[in-house]
Amino acid sequence: MRLKLQVNGGTREVEAREHESLLTVLREQLGLVGSKDACEQGECGSCSVLVDGELVCSCLVLAGAASGRDIRTVESLGTADAPHPVQQAFVDAGAVQCGFCTPGFVISTVALLRANPEPSDAEIKEALAGNLCRCTGYGKILEAVHRVAGSRM
Amino acid sequence: MSVAAPPRLRGLVGESTPRSDAPPKTQGAYLYASDLARDGMLHGATVRSAHARARITRIDTAAARAMPGVRVVLTAADLPTREKFGLMKLDQPVLADGVVRYVGEPVAILAADDAEQARLAAKAVTVTYEPQPAITDPVAALQAGAPRLHDDGNVIEDVRVVHGDPAAKADVVVEGEYEIGMQDQAALGPEAGLATSDPDGGVTLHIATQWLHEDLRQISDCLGLPRSKVRLVLGGVGGAFGAREDVTLQIHCCLLALAAKKPVRMVYGREESFYGHVHRHPARLWYAHGATRDGTLVFVRATIVLDGGGYASSSPAVVANAACFGAGPYRVPNAQIHAVGAYTNNPPTGAMRGFGAVQSCFAYEAQMDKLATALGLSPVALRVKNALRDGDRIITDQPVEGSEPVAEIVRRCAALPQPAAAARDDPVAMPGGVGNITRGEGVRRGTGLAAGFKNVCYSHAFDDFSTARVRLVRERGEAVAYVLTAAAEVGQGIVLVCEQIARTALGVQQVVVETPNTSIDSAGSSSASRQTWMTGGAVLAACTEVKTELAQRAAARGRRLSEIDVADLLDEPIERTVKHRHRPTEPRNPTTQNDGHVAFLFAAHRATVDVDVETGLVKVVQVATTQDVGRAINPVAVVGQLEGGIAQGLGLAVMEELQLRDGQVRNASFTDYLLPTMLDMPPVVCDLVEHPHPDAPYGAKGVGEPPTISSTPAIVAAIRAATGRELNRVPVRPDDIVFGTVARSGWRLSPGEDPRRATRA
Repeated sequence: MRLKLQVNGGTREVEAREHESLLTVLREQLGLVGSKDACEQGECGSCSVLVDGELVCSCLVLAGAASGRDIRTVESLGTADAPHPVQQAFVDAGAVQCGFCTPGFVISTVALLRANPEPSDAEIKEALAGNLCRCTGYGKILEAVHRVAGSRM
Repeated sequence: MSVAAPPRLRGLVGESTPRSDAPPKTQGAYLYASDLARDGMLHGATVRSAHARARITRIDTAAARAMPGVRVVLTAADLPTREKFGLMKLDQPVLADGVVRYVGEPVAILAADDAEQARLAAKAVTVTYEPQPAITDPVAALQAGAPRLHDDGNVIEDVRVVHGDPAAKADVVVEGEYEIGMQDQAALGPEAGLATSDPDGGVTLHIATQWLHEDLRQISDCLGLPRSKVRLVLGGVGGAFGAREDVTLQIHCCLLALAAKKPVRMVYGREESFYGHVHRHPARLWYAHGATRDGTLVFVRATIVLDGGGYASSSPAVVANAACFGAGPYRVPNAQIHAVGAYTNNPPTGAMRGFGAVQSCFAYEAQMDKLATALGLSPVALRVKNALRDGDRIITDQPVEGSEPVAEIVRRCAALPQPAAAARDDPVAMPGGVGNITRGEGVRRGTGLAAGFKNVCYSHAFDDFSTARVRLVRERGEAVAYVLTAAAEVGQGIVLVCEQIARTALGVQQVVVETPNTSIDSAGSSSASRQTWMTGGAVLAACTEVKTELAQRAAARGRRLSEIDVADLLDEPIERTVKHRHRPTEPRNPTTQNDGHVAFLFAAHRATVDVDVETGLVKVVQVATTQDVGRAINPVAVVGQLEGGIAQGLGLAVMEELQLRDGQVRNASFTDYLLPTMLDMPPVVCDLVEHPHPDAPYGAKGVGEPPTISSTPAIVAAIRAATGRELNRVPVRPDDIVFGTVARSGWRLSPGEDPRRATRA
């Protein structure tokens, strides 16, 4: 089926199968590979994107269901020259090792801080418990979120 | 020429400078192997065995070949050679040839225009099996009369350590039987590669791996191509932890690209990843410890059986490690350890962080606590009393020299700040967490401590080296150092280590670490905690040679190097390539009494847990660790390794286990294989001990594995302290806590004896 997707502020037309996930279309057709595929069942958060401002696992959203909605991926957040404050905080805190989970954590952190600009430790842990990281043990990620919390989003 | 004071360099050895690969990783711009694409590329898929042990009577690929988009289908009959592959034993066929030995063994491969067509075609390949009874108990596999799973029998490796008088008598003896479940590395990045056929008949593979040159050897032999026609480039690696040391899809992807004459990408899904890579060895261990009344260790005797699964992988070295480090970081004058790795029809096992040292540490640390109780000593006092000191010999008769602060790390770890008392008013902070299942009535707190050790670098006469090329040039008036090695950045931060060492050694701010590939000689594997020592050492050696040339160029101008801007000396670039080796080690002898290892890494962990004894749920409240690191090249990165390694140790202690039935993995997903989340991980208190090792670059010993070795036994010791339960297996399950379930192998043997003499209990 032919789909019109609003991705990162632009309109993209793609041909997709009815059962294809938003993640597959983002990665394989639109070349937006910042959203990662690590579990295909919504357990790891590596594919997190914002749809109409809501945090979702793009592997669990049909591409067709995202049509007409405002889709924001990690690629929309910042650039090499002008990183988003959350991205900068992850770099500065040493929260990145292999980095495969990082785009998902960055998006989830952006969503958290929009809803709750100054979260407590417990609130951060609960909000980010849907994102798996196998490298860091989460300590530096927690530190990164605290670093950026309260700064302008 | 006037000389200004040189600008202060940022990011030298010892500074917590941010990683240069972090910004693109946060932006989604860093390309992992699974992100790579080429115009017109095909997508590969694998047909896998549904049986743990069976003969293949027929493979019918006709239906798959006729499906839309399918370009190539290959079975064993289509392979260019009959070579087998494997890290240490060439025992694994590229595609199953007549028999399958585990569930998930590759039987056929194919490539199609898109990934879905490939997946559907794989389902359309019909394989007819004649199933045979699977051998899934490793002790049973070792008994006389067990069916032979490989032509040379079921023993992959048999290691004996005999030290002093193994029959020595002691005042106090404690015994125990222990069991370790099968843990998965569960790197977030799936197995992935992209192969293209080259005009000269060769192939180029972009691959997520731990060791490019070991892949190269196995690929070229199985393809029947000279090494010069197989080119590897590191694709971005989403974590490894041992699982990428073995060949998974490397040969398959190249075969498909060569057959199709088109680029082929293969990416495993999560379920396939659980079938596709090796896991941590499950283990059964029988231990006896003897000591004098005053708490001086007299002997350790142990039998260790490791389940190697269907193929050998790195089992021989894992077995050797379990044996060599099987008495812990203590002075043990008499020892007998018999460790055997067995073929079974379970999934193959190989490298995972800690590599054999994890399994025996769980057992010997439980034994040390048992012994402390029997002697009326504190666990800390018993460990400190018996801690290895400079010049002491471990049970392989090798002296520990250079840096071995065992008593210091145990004492310091025990004294680190304790966590606050349990917050009874916050159910989320209690066992069960957001499940909100207790108000604290049945919650008990416990604290436990454990210490462990293992080797850094490869052991037992392996020709262990790394190669570095440093090229110093002038660009826009400034000196820039380009560093090329084949060392795989898998997340651990070797890129950062190379940058900081080159910057420090050369006194040049701008350092660019190039993408690892096989145009340069091997760096060895990103394993055994060895890359800082080996590739860091190679970069330092190459920089030292470059610096010598700089000094000569300065002298030719009548100046000293310190008086001159390096960029002024670079009218011609300077390039040096150095192959760096550690001091030679000795091969293993029949009693494993020799200098088999380069050096040792030590750590201690103290865990505090809250346990709900009514539900059997555990909340790890805090882990404190003191680790001997030699020297921290980048302290924040080192702490990241410690915290991440502890998370994996916590996983093995209370969460992570591949559940097997008849050789079939029952929980091959992240829904059913539970990894620690941010809610499961407690605060970690890290204390780094820095006694530079004289043989290591800047004294830095390597840090990756110790966090995963003694964190698990520390957490289980804490649960024992809270509950009084025996808890002789990991992961600890709720029913072990509630009902006091004790794991029994069903085999009886005397610790230290040959497991082939085991009798049914």
